Amino acid sequence: MKLALRELRRRPNRFAVAGAILTLIALLLMFLGGLLDGLERGSTGALRLQDADAIVFAEGAEASLVRSRIGEDVRSAVATVVGEEGVGGLGSVQLGARLDGRGPRDLVPTVLLGYELAPRGLPAEPPAAGEVVADASLRREGVEEGSVLRLGPARSEVRVIGFVDDSQYAGQGSLWGSLETWREVLAANRPGARAGEGTVQALVVRAPEGEGAGLTDAVDEATGGATDSYTITEAIDALPGLSQQRSVFNQIIGVTIVIAIVVVALFFALLTVERTGLYGVLKALGASSGTVFAGVVLQAVVVTAGAVAIGIAAALALDAVIPAGSIPFTITPPRLVTSALSLLVAAVVGCAFSLRRVLRIDPAAAIGGAQ
Amino acid sequence: MSQPAPALRMEGVRKVYPTGDDEVVALDHVNLTLPSDEILALLGPSGSGKTTLCSIAGALLSPTEGAVEVGGQDITGFSGKELTRFRRESVGFVFQTVNLVPFLTARENLLVVDELGRRTGRKARERADQLLEELGLAEKADVLPGQLSGGQKQRVAIGRALMNEPQLVLFDEPTSALDTRLGDQVVHLIRDEMKSRGTAAIIVTHDDRITHYADRTVHIVDGRLDDTGDHQPDPVGTGLA
Repeated sequence: MKLALRELRRRPNRFAVAGAILTLIALLLMFLGGLLDGLERGSTGALRLQDADAIVFAEGAEASLVRSRIGEDVRSAVATVVGEEGVGGLGSVQLGARLDGRGPRDLVPTVLLGYELAPRGLPAEPPAAGEVVADASLRREGVEEGSVLRLGPARSEVRVIGFVDDSQYAGQGSLWGSLETWREVLAANRPGARAGEGTVQALVVRAPEGEGAGLTDAVDEATGGATDSYTITEAIDALPGLSQQRSVFNQIIGVTIVIAIVVVALFFALLTVERTGLYGVLKALGASSGTVFAGVVLQAVVVTAGAVAIGIAAALALDAVIPAGSIPFTITPPRLVTSALSLLVAAVVGCAFSLRRVLRIDPAAAIGGAQ
Repeated sequence: MSQPAPALRMEGVRKVYPTGDDEVVALDHVNLTLPSDEILALLGPSGSGKTTLCSIAGALLSPTEGAVEVGGQDITGFSGKELTRFRRESVGFVFQTVNLVPFLTARENLLVVDELGRRTGRKARERADQLLEELGLAEKADVLPGQLSGGQKQRVAIGRALMNEPQLVLFDEPTSALDTRLGDQVVHLIRDEMKSRGTAAIIVTHDDRITHYADRTVHIVDGRLDDTGDHQPDPVGTGLA
């Protein structure tokens, strides 16, 4: 072990190539992870913020707010499960917003969400008609408290009275208002999609303390199958494109880790071949195969740990340097830890390819070959 | 007065290597006893079985038949793991191509032996320094092998072989890479070191010069020993023609 560490310290150049490649791989991995998390964060905030146990869509809406319509009768049926105060309507409409000081065609992409049960960080009582709380990301577009946004072709005016963090939806900054505000703006800008009094797109359901289990089934049963209910996590996963996006990224991340395994496997196999003589001598002197192999693994892990450290530092630096909102890039501790661990595991797995070679080295070969 | 156990006792040792359907007999019923402070020169043409004999005596190989005792311990039935431990604790090796670890200093090369097993730490460091001192390498303790001369490297290798206070040291062609003068010096040194410690040694060689320093010379041909009984009456100081 000490021998392996000494070699690393005294002959760093031997490991420079592997170290450099692994560093690039670590950078790629951290960047991909950050990008995936950034994209997810930008499209799921409005749902993650929901302080609720389930979201109820109309049957067949496939968890899409736009496709879903829920009337008062269904709402009453849901209320039989959790009580009137545990049910809130939710409506959304995606519209370009015009803002004073920007050109007439320079639209800010927004999504107006009408709510009843307050998501985390929003006032329990929805803002008055014509007023909204805006997602903090809209500050970058020049939106300030008191700004008036003119939404959609109808130029429906809403006034920003405050901000809430991390509430983006579908990559757009959200505006949170009352259901009345939503209905008005929807009717003015999307006459075909008008929602009548009492009609919402989905229901947010909050179960009494400790009764969250089996809630979605209970709700769907109470409505006689007129609804498809999802837990918040399920609803997030069901967002259009989200799971596909996640699976594409995870495949790229997976391939990257496989490449790391191949790099470690090739490099340390080569190094093992090069050191056959040395290992033979060490074995003749009384080193077990385990000791020799542990040295190889230790070197691979240390080189990889160095690469990971540089990767993490670079990812954090990138996170700090890139202008907010230019690239959807988010650094989260779990992602950093997962990426680091997968690379370290890749290093160990990669070394395993050298194990047979180490086991096969015959100590007797150290003295002139076993005839 | 009880005699100390012999450094090596081989009885009826046979080693057979399978080659396809056939088999090659590398050692054929070898009987060899080495008293605890004897230096034995083992001569033989290549392919005669001297390396195999050395490997079995040094716990690198197990014999196909027969019994092997090193320092009074029967290692005949030892598993690979037990052989590894036995080599670490009881046998010293000096290899033909010296084979020092290139990125370790002379002192660290000696300490490798300690680091492979259960460490003794300070005791091992003291022993390494003492050995280097005795081998005239005190000044070179912190020098890498690349900066040592051929003779100095060979001395470090001898020091490494003596680190675990072995009962038996095996030298594999220790002078083959050295010129005559250096070769003489090294063989002299081997003799002095072995005799002063009362350690037995087997020196595998082609080199006739060595036989003068050895207490006994044994020839091996086709896996059979031809013990000429070349005992020298007074081992110390003789032989340098």
